[in-house]
Amino acid sequence: MLSALGLALGGLLGLGLAGALGLAARWAAFGAAAAAALFALAGLLGGPAVLDLPLGPPGAALRLSLDPLSAWFLLVLGVVALPAALMAAAGGIAGRAEAAGFPLFLAGMALALLAGDVLTLLLGFEAMSLASWALVAARHPAGAGRRAARLYLGFAAFSGLCLLGGLALLAAPGAGFAAIRAAPPEGWRAAAAMALVLLGAGSKAGLLPFHLWLPLAHPAAATPVSALMSGAMVKVALYVLARVLFDLAGPAQPGWWGAPLMALGAATALWGALRANTERDIKAILACSTLDNLGVIALALGLALLFRGADLSPLAAVALSAALLHALAHGAFKGLLFLCAGAVAERAGSRDPDRLGGLIHNMPLVAGAALLGAASAAALPPFAGFAGEWLLLQALLQGWRLADLAAQLLIAAALAAAAMAAALAAAAMLRLIGLVFLGRPRTPRAAGAGDAAGLARVALLLAALFCAAAALLAGPLLGLADGAVAALLGGAAGAPVHGLSLSLGEAGARYAPAAVLGALLLLAALLWRAVRRAGAPAAQRGPAWDCGFQPPPAHLPFGDPLTQPSAAGAAQPLRRALGPLALALREAQSPAAPGAAAPARLQVAARDRGFGALLAPLARARRRAGHEAERLRNLPLGACLALAFGTLVGLLALLAGLGRP
Amino acid sequence: MGLGEIGYDVAHLLGGAMLLVSFVLLAQRRLEAVTGALALQGVLLALAAAWQGHVQGAGQLLLTAGIALAAKGLGIPLVLRRMAAALPPAQRADAPGPLAPVMLGAAGLVALAFLVAVPATRGAPVLARVDIAIALAILLLGALMMATRRGALAQVAGLLTMENGLILAAVGVAGMPLVVELSTAGLVLVVAVIAGVFARQLGERFGAQDTALLDRHRGERR
Amino acid sequence: MMALLGALLTQLLHGALLLAAAPLLLGLTRTAKARLMGRRGPPLLQPWRDALRLLRKRPILAEHASVATRAAPYLALSATLLAGLLVPGFAQGMILAPFADLLLIAGLLGLARAALVLAGLDAGTAFGGLGAGRETAFAAFAEPALLVSVLVLALLAGSANLDAIAALFREGGQGLRVSLLFAALALCAVALAENARVPVDNPATHLELTMVHEAMLLEASGRHLALWEAQAALKLAVWLALLAAVFLPFGMAPAGAGPLSWLIGAALWGAKLAGLAFALAAFESAIAKMRVFRVPEFLGAALLLALLAAALLFVSTGLA
Repeated sequence: MLSALGLALGGLLGLGLAGALGLAARWAAFGAAAAAALFALAGLLGGPAVLDLPLGPPGAALRLSLDPLSAWFLLVLGVVALPAALMAAAGGIAGRAEAAGFPLFLAGMALALLAGDVLTLLLGFEAMSLASWALVAARHPAGAGRRAARLYLGFAAFSGLCLLGGLALLAAPGAGFAAIRAAPPEGWRAAAAMALVLLGAGSKAGLLPFHLWLPLAHPAAATPVSALMSGAMVKVALYVLARVLFDLAGPAQPGWWGAPLMALGAATALWGALRANTERDIKAILACSTLDNLGVIALALGLALLFRGADLSPLAAVALSAALLHALAHGAFKGLLFLCAGAVAERAGSRDPDRLGGLIHNMPLVAGAALLGAASAAALPPFAGFAGEWLLLQALLQGWRLADLAAQLLIAAALAAAAMAAALAAAAMLRLIGLVFLGRPRTPRAAGAGDAAGLARVALLLAALFCAAAALLAGPLLGLADGAVAALLGGAAGAPVHGLSLSLGEAGARYAPAAVLGALLLLAALLWRAVRRAGAPAAQRGPAWDCGFQPPPAHLPFGDPLTQPSAAGAAQPLRRALGPLALALREAQSPAAPGAAAPARLQVAARDRGFGALLAPLARARRRAGHEAERLRNLPLGACLALAFGTLVGLLALLAGLGRP
Repeated sequence: MGLGEIGYDVAHLLGGAMLLVSFVLLAQRRLEAVTGALALQGVLLALAAAWQGHVQGAGQLLLTAGIALAAKGLGIPLVLRRMAAALPPAQRADAPGPLAPVMLGAAGLVALAFLVAVPATRGAPVLARVDIAIALAILLLGALMMATRRGALAQVAGLLTMENGLILAAVGVAGMPLVVELSTAGLVLVVAVIAGVFARQLGERFGAQDTALLDRHRGERR
Repeated sequence: MMALLGALLTQLLHGALLLAAAPLLLGLTRTAKARLMGRRGPPLLQPWRDALRLLRKRPILAEHASVATRAAPYLALSATLLAGLLVPGFAQGMILAPFADLLLIAGLLGLARAALVLAGLDAGTAFGGLGAGRETAFAAFAEPALLVSVLVLALLAGSANLDAIAALFREGGQGLRVSLLFAALALCAVALAENARVPVDNPATHLELTMVHEAMLLEASGRHLALWEAQAALKLAVWLALLAAVFLPFGMAPAGAGPLSWLIGAALWGAKLAGLAFALAAFESAIAKMRVFRVPEFLGAALLLALLAAALLFVSTGLA
C-alpha cells in the first residue's frame, strides 16, 4: 500500500513539474484526481506500514508511515480532493502556475499526513503552505487578492517557524516517530514543544487570534483550491496538533493542556460563526464557517485531552471521536459547498448575494447540492454535521465527571459557546441558501444563469454522494476510526459505535442517522397521504401577497429587488445583538426625504476586530505605553475605583491559582 | 449535613435566590426597580438567617433575621425609594450601559468567587462553605454594581448588596458571635448613611447624582 | 415480547394523543386568554375547524415560490412530530425511548425551524426575510440556554435521555434544588421564545413589522397554511409535554405497566398539559410584548440563569 502511495506522491511531483513546463491544467487535474482516489482508498483500507524512501539527508532517510490516525486524515483528504480535482479538470484551474501548484499542493498535504519522521512532516507541511500560497497569488497579480496572499504568507511563515521550533525541541531532526514515542520529552522541553506546536499548527488552522488570514485567503483562490484549503489543508494542521499532543508528547502529559485548546476552539467557533453571518461574499461566508468548524474540532480535541488527563478514557474516546468524525463530515460538506459556490460564481456571474437570488429555478442541481451541504453545515439531524456535534455535546454534557471545579465551569462555558456557534452556523447557512437560491433574481444575469454541466456535474454529484454517505454511514465510518482513537488513548477505549448507530455505552444515549431519516420520510409520506385525502384542488400560481403592497412596475419584471431582504438586512438582528463582539462595525443609514421616491439606504462596513487588536497595535505599543504612564496621574474618580476593584479581582484570581492543589 | 437533606437544600435555595437577585439588580435600569430588588434580597437574607438559626439551633440568628427584615427588607429600601421618587423623572433611570459585557463579567466573577471560596474553606462544614461561596459572589457583584453605575443611589444599592453578602457569610458560620455580626452591620450602616447624605448633597449642589460630575472638581487635575 | 408490544402500543397511543391534543391545547390557550381579558373567545375546537377548512381550500403559490414552499411544511411537521414522539407523555418505556435524547429533540426542532425559515425566504418578499432574520437570531440565544439547562438535568440524572430523566425525577431522586428551579425558569423562557409566545412574539398580531413567526407564513395558504398551523400547535404541545415530563413527572405510567396505569397517566397528562396551557394564557395576559431588540436580553437572561444553575450545582455536588 505504502509503495503505491509513495509512487502516487512521486507522480504528483512529476505532474507538478510537467505543469510548470506547460502540461495542460486539465491533465494535471486528472492526475491529481487519480491520486486523490488512491488516498481515499488507502484511508479506507488503512493498515500499519512503514517505508523508508531512498531520499533525504545522510543517515536519516525520509520515512513514510501509515497508521490509523494518518489513514483517517488521508481519507478526509481523499474525500475533499477527489471532487475538487474533478472540478479543476472541468475548468476550475487554468494556466501554468495553477497546473503546477495544484498537484504539488495535494502532494504536500499527503506527505505531511504520511510522514513517519519529523523532517518529512516539516517538508510536507511547508510544501503545502508554499504551494497554496502560490495558488492564491497566481490568481491575483495585484489588488486585494494579492494583499490577502501576502498576509497569508506572513502567517504561514510564522506557523512554519513555530512548528520548526516545536518539533526541534521534540526530537533530533530525522528522528522517527517511533523513536520519539520510545523516549517522550519531559519537563520544560515538553511544555515548550507543545506550546510551540499549538502556536504553529493553531495559526495554520486559523485558531483565534491567528485567524485573520483565513477568511481572506481561502476565497481568493480558484474554486477547487478553496475547497482543498478549507476542507483539507486546515485538517492537516489539526492532524499535526493531534499527532503531537496525543501521540508524540507521550501519555504522561497533564490533562490541563486541553484547557487552552478548548478555550481557543470555543472562541474561534463563536467568532467564525458570527462572522459567517455578516459576510457579503458567498465564498467568504464559507471560509468563516470553516473557522467555526475548526473551532469545534479543536474544542473536541481539547476536551479529549482534559478527559484523558483525568483518566476518563471512555469520555475521552467520545470527544476524540467527535473531533475525527466532524473533521470528515466538514471535509465532505465544505468541499461540496465550495464547489457549489464556484458553480454559482461561474454561471451566475457573481459571488455577492445581493446580485444573485432565485437560482433554484435555473440551477436545480447546484441548488439541491448546496441545500444538502448547508443542512450538513447547519448541524441539523440527520445530515452530516450533526453526528460530530452530537458526540461533542454529549461529551460536554458528561463534563461534570471531571472532579475539578475549574474544569467543570470551563466545560459549562464551552457548552454554551458550542451551542451558540451551532445555532449561528445554522443561521449563516440559512441566510446563504435563502439569499442565493431562493426568492427572486436580483439581477438579469442571475435570472439567466444555467445549471452546471459536464464534468462539473459529476464533481458536484460525487461530492454530494460523499456528503450523504458521511451523514448516513456515520456509525460504520466512525468504526474505521476505532483504531485511531484506541491508539491515541493508549488502547483504553475505542470509538463509541454500535452497529449503524453512535452509542455512548454507559450514558445510554444513542443516535442512528439512518433511522432518523427513515422515520422522517415515513412520517412525511403519511402526512402527504393524509393531506391528499382531504381532496383540495391543485395549487395555483398568483402574485405574492406581500401584505398587499402594490405589484412592481412593468420595467422591473422580477419585482423591485430592493423589497427583497439583502445580505446586510437579513443579518441585521444578529449584527445588532452580537456583531460588536467580533467586528468593528460602521453602519450608515441614509433615509430618503419625505415624499421622495428614492429608497432608504443602509451601508454597513465591518472589519474584524483582530486587525485592530493584533496587527495594528504592535507598531504603536511602545509610544502608547509611555503615554499611558503619563495619563495615570489624572485618572477620574470612577477609574480609580475600577482600578482598585480590578486589583482586588486580580489578587483573588492569583489566590485562586495558588490555592489550587 | 449534605446534598439531598432538607436543611442543606433550603439554605442553598435561599443563597442561590439571593445571588439571582444580585444579577437582577445589576440589570435593572429604573431606580424604583432597583429598590424593589434590594428589598427582595433583604427579605431573602432574613429568611436565610432564620433558616440557619433553625438548623443550627442558634436563637440569636433569629434576632439577626428580624433586624435584616426590618432594616434591609423594609426600612432602607423604603427610604431609597422615597429619595428616588423625589428625583426628577429623567434621573430615575440609571442605565448600566451595554448589558452584555456587564453580565458576562458578572458570570465570570461568580465563577471566580466559587473557585476562590471552595478550596479556601476546606475543612469547614459543608453548609458554611456553600454560604461563603455564594456570599463572596454576592459581594463581588455588589462591587461590580458600584463600579458600573454612575448614579449615587445605585451605588448605595451596590454597597448594601455587598453588606448583604457579608451577613450571609456571617450567618452561615456556626457559632459566630452576635456582636461581630452586629458591629459589621453597624459599620456598613454608618457607611450607608454617609453615602446617603453624600448623595443628597450631590443632588442639591449639582442638580444630578452623577458621580462623574465630581471629576471636574478634583484639585490635582491640571 | 409482551413488553415490546406494550412499548409499541404506548408509542402509537402517545402519537395519537399528541396529535389530537395539540389543536385543543392551542384552543384552550386562546379561549382562556380571551376569558381572562373579558372577551368570550373562540370555541375550544376552533383550531381543528380551521385546519379542516384550510385543508379543503386551493393553495395559491407566489410567482417565484419554488419547491421549498411546497416541501417545507411537510418536513417541518414531520420533524416536530418525530420530536413529539420522543418526548415521554403519559407513559415511560415507549419504543423510541432509547433514542429520546434531548440533543436529538433539540436538533429535530431546529430542523423544523430551518424549514420554516427557508419557506419564509422563498417567495422573496420583505416581511418573510424580516421574520427569517429575527427567527434565526433568536435561535442563536435560545439554543445555548436550552443546552446548558440540559447540562443541569444531565448532571442530576446522569444522562441526557429524557426518558431516564423523567424516570429519575418521578422517583423524587433529585431533591429540592435551586438549580432545578433556575433551569426550569430558563427552559420556560426558551419555550416562550421557541413557540413565538407573548413577551417575544405575538401569535395574534396583525402588525407585520412586529411579527416574527407569522411573518414567515404570510405567503402560505390552503393546505400549506394548515400544515404550518398544525406544526405551530404541535410544537407548543411538544414543549409543554417536555416541561411536564421533566418538572411534573408524577403519575406517569412506568415502563411495562398495564392499561390501568396508562389510563391514569393519560388523564393526569391531559390535566398537566391543560394546566400549563392555562398558566401560559395567564402569563400572556399579564405581560406585554417586549421590543424586538430586547429579546436577546430576555434569552440572554435565560442563558445566565442556566449557567448559574450549573455553577451552583457544580459547587454543591463538589462539596458533598
